[in-house]
Amino acid sequence: MVPMSWYLALGAVLFTIGAVSVIVKRDILSMLLAIELMLNSVNLTLVTFSSYFRELSGQILVFFVMVVAAAEAGVGLAIVVLLFRNRQTVDVDQASMLKL
Amino acid sequence: MNIMLLIQAKPDWQVLAQDAARLLMPEMLVILFACFVLVLEFMLTPEQRRWAAYLSLAGLGAAGLSLALMFVKFTTAEVGFYEMVVVDGFALVFKVIFLLAAIFTIALSIKFLDVENEQRGEYYSLILFATAGMMFMASGADLLSIFISFELMALTTYILVAYLKRDRRSNEAAMKYFLLGIFSSGIFLYGMSLIYGLTAETNLTKIADTLARLARQQAPQATGFVAMAGMIFIAAAMFFKIAAVPFHMWCPDAYEGAPTSVTAFMSVGPKAAAFAIFARIFIDGLPGLRGDLTGESFGWVGLLAIVSALTMTWGNIAALTQNSAKRLMAYSSISHAGYLLLGLIAGNETGYIGLVIYLFVYVFMNLGAWGVIVAQRRASILGERVDDFNGLIHRSPGMAVMMTIFLLSLTGIPPTAGFVGKYFLFAGLIETGNAWLIALCVLAVINTAISLYYYARFIKAMFMSDVKEEEPLALSTSLRATLVTATVMVLLVGVYPRPFIAFTENATRHLLGL
Amino acid sequence: MEQLFFVIFAGIALIGAVNLLLRRNPLYAALSLLTTMAALTGLYIMLKAYFIAVIQVIIYAGAIVVLFLFVIMLFNIRAVERQTDRRGYLKWLALPFAIILIGQFLYIVRLFEENPTPVGTEIGFTEAVGRKLFTAYLLPFELTSVLILAAIIGAVVLAQKE
Repeated sequence: MVPMSWYLALGAVLFTIGAVSVIVKRDILSMLLAIELMLNSVNLTLVTFSSYFRELSGQILVFFVMVVAAAEAGVGLAIVVLLFRNRQTVDVDQASMLKL
Repeated sequence: MNIMLLIQAKPDWQVLAQDAARLLMPEMLVILFACFVLVLEFMLTPEQRRWAAYLSLAGLGAAGLSLALMFVKFTTAEVGFYEMVVVDGFALVFKVIFLLAAIFTIALSIKFLDVENEQRGEYYSLILFATAGMMFMASGADLLSIFISFELMALTTYILVAYLKRDRRSNEAAMKYFLLGIFSSGIFLYGMSLIYGLTAETNLTKIADTLARLARQQAPQATGFVAMAGMIFIAAAMFFKIAAVPFHMWCPDAYEGAPTSVTAFMSVGPKAAAFAIFARIFIDGLPGLRGDLTGESFGWVGLLAIVSALTMTWGNIAALTQNSAKRLMAYSSISHAGYLLLGLIAGNETGYIGLVIYLFVYVFMNLGAWGVIVAQRRASILGERVDDFNGLIHRSPGMAVMMTIFLLSLTGIPPTAGFVGKYFLFAGLIETGNAWLIALCVLAVINTAISLYYYARFIKAMFMSDVKEEEPLALSTSLRATLVTATVMVLLVGVYPRPFIAFTENATRHLLGL
Repeated sequence: MEQLFFVIFAGIALIGAVNLLLRRNPLYAALSLLTTMAALTGLYIMLKAYFIAVIQVIIYAGAIVVLFLFVIMLFNIRAVERQTDRRGYLKWLALPFAIILIGQFLYIVRLFEENPTPVGTEIGFTEAVGRKLFTAYLLPFELTSVLILAAIIGAVVLAQKE
């Protein structure tokens, strides 16, 4: 039998890796991917709690997190496309105007 | 055993339909009109594009009417949709604030979008969607509905920031705002999952009850730690949203890069909405973690006090050296987030009145000031530098006077509305009698004095410098009407605040648990 | 037996996550995220959250990551790579940040240690989730439809060519 704390520990470690990746990554797409990893670790934590309590609202919350993540990915990638398009036509090598 | 029960549960459609008609009419109207605007877009020729704006104003007006009816109808709080939404004075007052912010923003945008050559219906429908999201946020009684409506607002705001597609600054600002925004959403969710793991509840009042029970029962220390960690995660996400130090770094860039009309909206609507859920979650959901400042227990009051002190000081000091009007106003809005936190810290009636009435008058004074900045944008001039205001008194005396009134109100000089808000915020702190909070109040007063210096730079440019540009300002009837209304309201609330205080007491009654 | 499965899935998930952290090329990062997601699906099944396991594959792996891969492949990745000019000190903040997070998490996890294993009566079936979704969570569900509509409008507005 697997104790609950193992699942939680895995979720915590994944969340930390995701958060650290967001901080150290330099390109936008990898940062977006790292944020997706963070959301995944939240989902794991929620599902663990949900099956421990035998209470569904945790899993429902996971469902909503996934929907929101999908919508966010759509909008985020649209912004990346926009940025890339303007950059390609103007100047690729110039450093960003707004520091991140 | 459980599953049989679940399968038998059937939605009672009649009850739900009644709930929807009774509790959510304004929100439904806003969403409906957002869809109308989208459809209308296809029927208009390019010259008629402005009709989309007028239709959205009509929609907001209709929502305002139904909201006014609800003020008459609801004397007590009512929950609906399986305890997902609550309609109480707090929610209604905030919905009024959001509707006003949206109406003013649309009125400011019409001419601005003409100048930018981006007059399209989607812009207005996105503003309506964001408004609907904010209204649901104010009504949220459950972490889940708060999360979804919050994302609805945030997502539409990201899109609006990127709205000027050909402008690289707009793209980059959107990218940065988006990344930090969803990063903070992730943090918010983790905090939420910890609270859920402790209580097995997502409803705010039930969370409060369960936390209180857990604190009495088993191992209060252990549950206290988990609850505290969850609270800190949620607070960090909220600090992102209201742009409080140390999570403010997106704010100046996003405000500078976004289309000016969108910046005006962001600095008022989403900020007020974030404060609404901040108050909801912390006062309704986590009252047990409040803590105090006597040093016995650490709680969110201490955290908020530290963040508030840092936020006002840093916002004001950074604003001193800005040359871009948009960045200056961004830092000013950061420092205002610091002042607004004081209302939550004080935690008494005066403080809460201060919080709500300050958010209310902030709509008028801040949107007014941004409206004047919007008017500086002309075909060949960006109009975003403080220098661009040079000699405004000669070109448009009325506008210069109105801008002065807005700036004095933002500082908090007596006959204006800003003074009323600041008075209640500061008085709330003094009422607590705690030495630390009184020190915080002194710091806030010092900060107000600092802010006078950079607001005065605008005034100096407008009245004492020579005219640089001769091109006439981009004025339209709707922009003029907005500015005049805002000026009138700023002066009216400043001179005769009594009815407005009575209005905000609708909201504070809920926060005080009466 | 179950523990063995847990170790395998958790190991795969961790390898994927660490790979995501170390790779500079977003293409490889996306693929390692896919690995992590697949491993998490296994864990969801072990937790008897079948519906979540299915939509994890369909939405996350099937839709979101594939969308990412499309964008990465449509555009030249190298050009995207130098897009942000970040302040150097952030990197040095990451390590202490990680240590604090991990320490705090491990403390939290220890608090839950004495709790029994999540055997779970079978609550995660699609039917049960659907029932709950259309009763207690009807309002947020309807709100997501508005959210997705707004996201579609946004994506079209932003990505369409003039």
